[in-house]
Amino acid sequence: MNKAEFLTDLRTRLEGLPEEEIKKSVDFYGEMIADRMDDGLSEEEAVAALGDIKDITGRILADVPLGKIVKEKVKKVQSRRGLKPWEIVLLVLGSPVWLPVTLSLAIVAVLLFLVFYLVFWIIILVFYLVDLCIALGGVAGIVYGIALMVKGMAAQGLMILGGGIFCGGLSIPFFFFCNIVAKGMINLSRMITRGIKSLFVGRRKKGEQ
Amino acid sequence: MENQMKRGLLDVCVLAAIKDEDSYGYRIIKDMSPYVEISESTLYPILRRLESGQLLSVRSEEFNGRLRKYYHITPEGLKRIESFKEEWKEIMMIYEFVTRKKPAKDETGAEADTEQAEEGKKDE
Repeated sequence: MNKAEFLTDLRTRLEGLPEEEIKKSVDFYGEMIADRMDDGLSEEEAVAALGDIKDITGRILADVPLGKIVKEKVKKVQSRRGLKPWEIVLLVLGSPVWLPVTLSLAIVAVLLFLVFYLVFWIIILVFYLVDLCIALGGVAGIVYGIALMVKGMAAQGLMILGGGIFCGGLSIPFFFFCNIVAKGMINLSRMITRGIKSLFVGRRKKGEQ
Repeated sequence: MENQMKRGLLDVCVLAAIKDEDSYGYRIIKDMSPYVEISESTLYPILRRLESGQLLSVRSEEFNGRLRKYYHITPEGLKRIESFKEEWKEIMMIYEFVTRKKPAKDETGAEADTEQAEEGKKDE
């Protein structure tokens, strides 16, 4: 890939970001290629030395807040074409209908996003709470079991004591399992945020993720 | 290295690379490379972050018939390096603690005492 191809590809993949953001990135990578070529590399080598373009765009994207991306998208849709007078009249007249609809749609979108985060944290919380219950149940079982045995109900006491020890023991590996779940959920939520961002940014060639 | 930690360290490394003299992207990477490998895709967000945090300023200068961006450290940036040095002392203490050798016998007086006491009990 030569320099022009690389920079065009970069620009395409960043489409949807604020123009200023795209220009800065393209300038930066253009300068990098030029400097490497001054250093004696061929154009193709200089481009190859930059690494995978998906990695490059991924990192640029990770640093731009989601709000900024959405704002840019809205701006672009608005500025695509000016409104004709009759469209404005229609918009004003129709406002009792479309305003509440759009507003409620926007609220639903925001709520969905919040709920989605809430659900993630609640799932994590539930796992830890379950672990806590198992541990407490274990302790209670041990205490109750011993109490029963002291009172002379050896068989029942022994059974409950065994159950208690089992629960207490189970709670320890389960705690580590909870940690894994928590880590997984956080990674998943990160991936989803990245997914949402990429809905707004970049045109992709057909058949490419 | 743990991602979060490395991120903060690289920020300081980049500041250090422009501390004495203004520099440009490719040279920053080359100057750092004997110490720490850094790719363009890593450097770019760092430069952006440092710029928006006003730890460095950017100016364009013509070079070989094209524009090249030069990065200049601000007083804030210099302050960041200084505070890093302070923080690092703390981290070195932690490092020393983490990598400390098993203590020699005379230092474990307390432990030895309790062991002896327990043995004493058994004897009784």
